Amino acid sequence: MVTRWKDALEKIDDWRWRLPEKVKPGMRVPGMVFATEEMLGVIGQDQALEQVANVAFLPGIVKYSMAMPDIHWGYGFPIGGVAAMRVEDGVISPGGVGFDINCGTRVLRTSLTEEEVRPHLKELVNQIFRDIPAGLGGSGLVKVSIKEIEKVMVQGAHWALEHGYAWPEDVESVEGGGALKGANPDKVSHRAKQRGAPQLGTLGSGNHFLEIQVIDEVFHTEAAKAMGIDGPGQVLAFIHCGSRGLGHQTCQDYLDVMEEAAQKYRINLPDKQLACAPIGSREGQDYLSAMTAAANYAFCNRQLIAHWTREAFQKVLGRDARDDLGMEVVYDVAHNIAKIERHRVDGREMTVCVHRKGATRAFPPGHPDVPRRYQKTGHPVHVPGDMGRYSYICVGTEQAMSETWGSTCHGAGRTQSRHAAKRMLKGVDIAQRLARQGIYVRAQNRGLLSEEASEAYKDVADVVDVLHEAGIAHKVVRMRPIGVVKG
Amino acid sequence: MAQPPFEILEHTADAGIVAHGGSLEETFANAAAGMFALMADPDGVRPLEERRIDVEGRDHEGLLVRWLTELLYYLDAEEMLFSRFVVEEISGRRLRARAWGERIDRERHRLHFGVKAVTRHMLEIRPEDGGYRAQVLFDI
Repeated sequence: MVTRWKDALEKIDDWRWRLPEKVKPGMRVPGMVFATEEMLGVIGQDQALEQVANVAFLPGIVKYSMAMPDIHWGYGFPIGGVAAMRVEDGVISPGGVGFDINCGTRVLRTSLTEEEVRPHLKELVNQIFRDIPAGLGGSGLVKVSIKEIEKVMVQGAHWALEHGYAWPEDVESVEGGGALKGANPDKVSHRAKQRGAPQLGTLGSGNHFLEIQVIDEVFHTEAAKAMGIDGPGQVLAFIHCGSRGLGHQTCQDYLDVMEEAAQKYRINLPDKQLACAPIGSREGQDYLSAMTAAANYAFCNRQLIAHWTREAFQKVLGRDARDDLGMEVVYDVAHNIAKIERHRVDGREMTVCVHRKGATRAFPPGHPDVPRRYQKTGHPVHVPGDMGRYSYICVGTEQAMSETWGSTCHGAGRTQSRHAAKRMLKGVDIAQRLARQGIYVRAQNRGLLSEEASEAYKDVADVVDVLHEAGIAHKVVRMRPIGVVKG
Repeated sequence: MAQPPFEILEHTADAGIVAHGGSLEETFANAAAGMFALMADPDGVRPLEERRIDVEGRDHEGLLVRWLTELLYYLDAEEMLFSRFVVEEISGRRLRARAWGERIDRERHRLHFGVKAVTRHMLEIRPEDGGYRAQVLFDI
């Protein structure tokens, strides 16, 4: 039993640490952690590193069990974990995706400057807060039947397009074109559909948010231009949410299925939550098609939220969202998902199932799955920070393709539990503090804000810098929030 | 030794509870009360509507996950908050229970964060002095 996982790490360079197979018998491949030495102090505080080792037990895993710098302790898989399994003899695990299937981010650009928005900021945030429910209760503005939800699960963002909630070009700027192939709503339980139906077009709670942000700094002019970002002062809208109760229930349902499957296929697991089944098995295929269906729901959810965000801007500013405000989608990308992808391993093409649990796809320039407008830059990767500091947009690189299955980090990662943050910030009015910084926040519960305050999170700049320095993702722009909607 | 019905358990990313009870049934009921206490101030939730729960699970841990997940189903599908729970029977692989609450009123209820899911992380049910102790973590 290794008690100090941190000490077992072997330094490769300033940003890469190898967790050798010998630290836990049963590991099929080593672990690889992207972090600075300083960050390892925080990472080593909980069981995240042991979880990196546990993932390396899974059959068919190729190269490494990887962890991004925003890694923290999750359920089975660490959050910030990336693992690819060969389709021939590998497994797929719901724990490698998480409860919130296709939790992800979408960014909308605008042609507005901060000076233009400032006078209307409160009204704008209030309008968004009214139209896009956040937190517990409150259904979305769209009412859909179970039958319709089944269509959503196949068509994803295209369902929104068909119903007038999208511009035709929107879907081109969504991972997988906004509708992943292979979705089968029949593999999603009725209970999951019932949970998801009233929640379409809602943000949810926890760390989900909608922010109005301003470009602070541009690091990569060409890539920023491709995203429609001209320079500092420009206003963006940043959406972070997922598949709501539909995804949560789907994961829960398949954890049960996989627990039995793991026994049936005699898969040796160091943690029950890594329950999995061979990718080619009936159980594996059922999960893959159900998970894909839930992922499409999430793409549609973010599309609807984007639609009402545009409407809110239009209403408050009295200008056309398309012609005057230029509110195009920069990109929409998942950070809780498993995908069947082609990758090169030691010079040979290979089909693998890439699990990204709190990790974002970051495909490089020239990749066929990257939209045309990003062919020269790689597709955008949104990296949300916390509501009091800043967020980033990066682009994928060739290095990511060869080293991390075209994946990078997904956010800052927590350092404090919700209760610890609340205790630490007792008596501090976070909304007031943010207001002094020029950030207007609306939340269903103001008391909850301390749990999401900057103090509870790592500095996302450190996280992004590791990947930038390691060549996994290039920084493009940094944004600071001016308006925040929370659950 | 008198134990509180439940205590809050801390976790970096999420939150959980430790529930106590004189019987397995009481412990499961207290676990549900703890889960809903994380989401809303229970004093403001009136026990106006009843839902009957009947679930199966492989073992006690599995049953606890199913029971709490079923309550989350009513929360999402029907916007129900619960404040009173009676677990009538836990026998073998089956649990039968009743829960009382009311639909979310965003004006009146003091809402906290939503629980997305009941995890199997650090999930544990064991006997303790004078009853049982159940530990469960939630995805927030």
